[in-house]
Amino acid sequence: MEITVKIFRYNPEKDQRGNYVTYKVEAHENDRVLDVLEYIKGKVDGTLSFRRSCAHGVCGSDAMRINGRNMLACKTLVRDTGANITVEPILGLPIKKDLISDMEPFFDNYKKMLPYFINEDPIPENGRERLQSQEERARFDETTKCILCACCTTSCPSYWANGEYYGPAAIVSAHRFIFDSRDQAADERLQILAETDGIARCHTAYNCTEACPREIKVTKAIGEVKMAMITGKLD
Amino acid sequence: MAKVHQFEVIVVGAGGAGLMAGLYASRGAKTAIISKLYPTRSHTGAAQGGISAALGNYEEDKPEWHTYDTVKGSDYLGDQDAIEFMTSEAIDAVLELEHMGLPFDRTPEGKISQRPFGGHTNNETGKPVRRAAHAADRTGHMILQTLYQQCLKNEVNFFDEFQVLDFIMVNGKAAGVVAVELATGELHTFHAKAIIFATGGHGRIFEVTSNAYAYTGDGAAILLRHGVPLQDMEFFQFHPTGIYKLGILITEGVRGEGGILINGKGERFMPKYAPTVKDLASRDVVSRAIYTEIKAGNGVDGKNYVYLDVRPESVNKFAALDGRTNLDGSPYNITGEQVLAKLPDIIDFCRVYLGVDPITQMMPIQPTAHYTMGGIPTNKYGEVVVDDKGTTVPGLYAAGECACVSVHGANRLGTNSLLDIVVFGKHAGLRAAEYAKQAEFEKMPENAESASMSNFEALRNGSGRENSFDISTELKQVMFEDVGIYRNEKDMAAALEKVRELQKRFKDVKVTDTGKVFNTELLNAWELGNLLEVAEVVAVSALNRKESRGGHSREDYPERDDKEWLKHTLVTKQNGELKIHYKPVVITKYQPKARVY
Repeated sequence: MEITVKIFRYNPEKDQRGNYVTYKVEAHENDRVLDVLEYIKGKVDGTLSFRRSCAHGVCGSDAMRINGRNMLACKTLVRDTGANITVEPILGLPIKKDLISDMEPFFDNYKKMLPYFINEDPIPENGRERLQSQEERARFDETTKCILCACCTTSCPSYWANGEYYGPAAIVSAHRFIFDSRDQAADERLQILAETDGIARCHTAYNCTEACPREIKVTKAIGEVKMAMITGKLD
Repeated sequence: MAKVHQFEVIVVGAGGAGLMAGLYASRGAKTAIISKLYPTRSHTGAAQGGISAALGNYEEDKPEWHTYDTVKGSDYLGDQDAIEFMTSEAIDAVLELEHMGLPFDRTPEGKISQRPFGGHTNNETGKPVRRAAHAADRTGHMILQTLYQQCLKNEVNFFDEFQVLDFIMVNGKAAGVVAVELATGELHTFHAKAIIFATGGHGRIFEVTSNAYAYTGDGAAILLRHGVPLQDMEFFQFHPTGIYKLGILITEGVRGEGGILINGKGERFMPKYAPTVKDLASRDVVSRAIYTEIKAGNGVDGKNYVYLDVRPESVNKFAALDGRTNLDGSPYNITGEQVLAKLPDIIDFCRVYLGVDPITQMMPIQPTAHYTMGGIPTNKYGEVVVDDKGTTVPGLYAAGECACVSVHGANRLGTNSLLDIVVFGKHAGLRAAEYAKQAEFEKMPENAESASMSNFEALRNGSGRENSFDISTELKQVMFEDVGIYRNEKDMAAALEKVRELQKRFKDVKVTDTGKVFNTELLNAWELGNLLEVAEVVAVSALNRKESRGGHSREDYPERDDKEWLKHTLVTKQNGELKIHYKPVVITKYQPKARVY
């Protein structure tokens, strides 16, 4: 089938501002939007720039706005978008070139969450694993799926309004450790999230949950962190 | 002029091996990790089923069994001293990951959960053993995340989205690397005492692959140009279960949980090929079985695919026929909900890409190019070894998929790759830091970046008669068809000729993007140059080896030939010509014998 792809283009070395360029190409309904972009880059205009790596939804490189919604280009098929596709960079981060955004502010917020396991006790005397029940493990299973693609954060109206907000992805990363029974730094993370640009800026728009390509219930996870903050309890 | 940086240890690549190397090296030396991707985008994150270690958390297991299984899996081409080293480190390696916070699934007692995987057995009964420690079907994702997080905690230096283009050697020693910063197009030179390559594999030489776009063999190609040999490049693993046409991986864990392969006639066919472990034979055996079925006309609808069936009613039926039981002796039984809980990503992939729900429908699968067994030759400390006498290049290290220790030999067992990156990443990092502490910086040559610059200039100034997308497509097709699962002299010779023709045509490619900021066209073209170079080595090595062993199956030489071919291939490039050399396989306890599953 012939499809029409309207792509946001911006070359910082030439353009004052971005514009949209429309391409008409042949595609199969089972093609990924990423396949379509690769074809355009390969055969029509080599200057088209975007990030990609794994091409099956686990590395998080190719988050884009596709027909107005944040998605991974490698996890969105032409049969789902239809024959008219508009592709734009994710919103709220500076655009570097075409579909490539500056990810540094996003990763900076992630790094504020102490996004690493903290347990200062010595390891068990026998050298074996720290024990954790299946129920304790299940408590934070969902947020371990996060691939840091930024689909959630860049779909959040609060983040668009105030780029200082840490954003849903950072809170998801904090959740992964706050509710891990083996970790000892939940209080520090909750304090960080209690700051002005922390969790109070979430107004439960639910965009994040809808945007997550890993089907993490992001808003629910944020809600659990809010509850922990209010009650001081982690269960 | 390039910007100049100085570190004692430079790690190239930020997947599991690079992060582990960086973490350990940074404890003893000033270290930086350079990666063309953000570290969390690395391909380690795509590994699914598990990491092997004889923890024995469900049933008896021992490192010696793990050693033997790996030797047998390698079709006796793996070096047994290195394999023994890896399996003896395995338990501590997995426990260390847990201590770093990795969220493994748990047994009812709260220990790390384990599942069966292809080729891993109880050596006394010959039955599959639960050896693969797992975090659902995203074990690699959790390893990548955990190691990156630990690097952040330990304040390791990162240069994200920097593509390393060249290796600088002075007086026969490592002296640095040259890289381009993707965001600005600026060249940077990194002056270092020790350099660890952890750049991953080169599966993108094949059309149907589970590998990331980033898997372009950069490290192997760079070192080949500097006279370093590449070892055992004919051995490439085709994973039996890739999603039909797309190549996306469906973990062996599906079969570990009881999934079975079904041909177009609706028959379970693996018992014919592997009577004892059936669907859990090693990957080369299962991939060949699938192709044999397809060639015999038993593909689905006459096409080149078969089914993988994990529907609970099928799993339970065949588990009963096989006499598979739970540990308490009760019959093995699984529900749709349990399948979903154990394999959530697989279910998601099938629903998204195939519109198939594996709980109620069978998955169409075909073998997919998956893993580079060969690579940059190293010893078990990650030191790059350039000949058959153990000669090393001072300061040069490699670890992970780009390296060939060799622990995987002719065929890697599932879950041993994640073990490989953790064990050998660590030792390369330790050894590099130790070396850097007593070594001096070599003097960097002036204009160290000039070769990289002229390489880029050539790509920008090509005649434009050729298109790199077309060259790439033709390369992948010919390699998949003629240097793929089944090989023969005639087709491989034609493929080699084709690869060389493509190398010539590549000189007429012109990069149209003249900009500096994120010039992805230029970088993709540079990567294609690496693929063309590495593919030639793969084809030459495969054409040369006149036997069948592990992942290398020749129709014209169907038997393994230990008399002539129980040896590693080394290929070097001298004045543009590839030369073949050999080195012996290290055999300690296990003499080669027939390989039956």
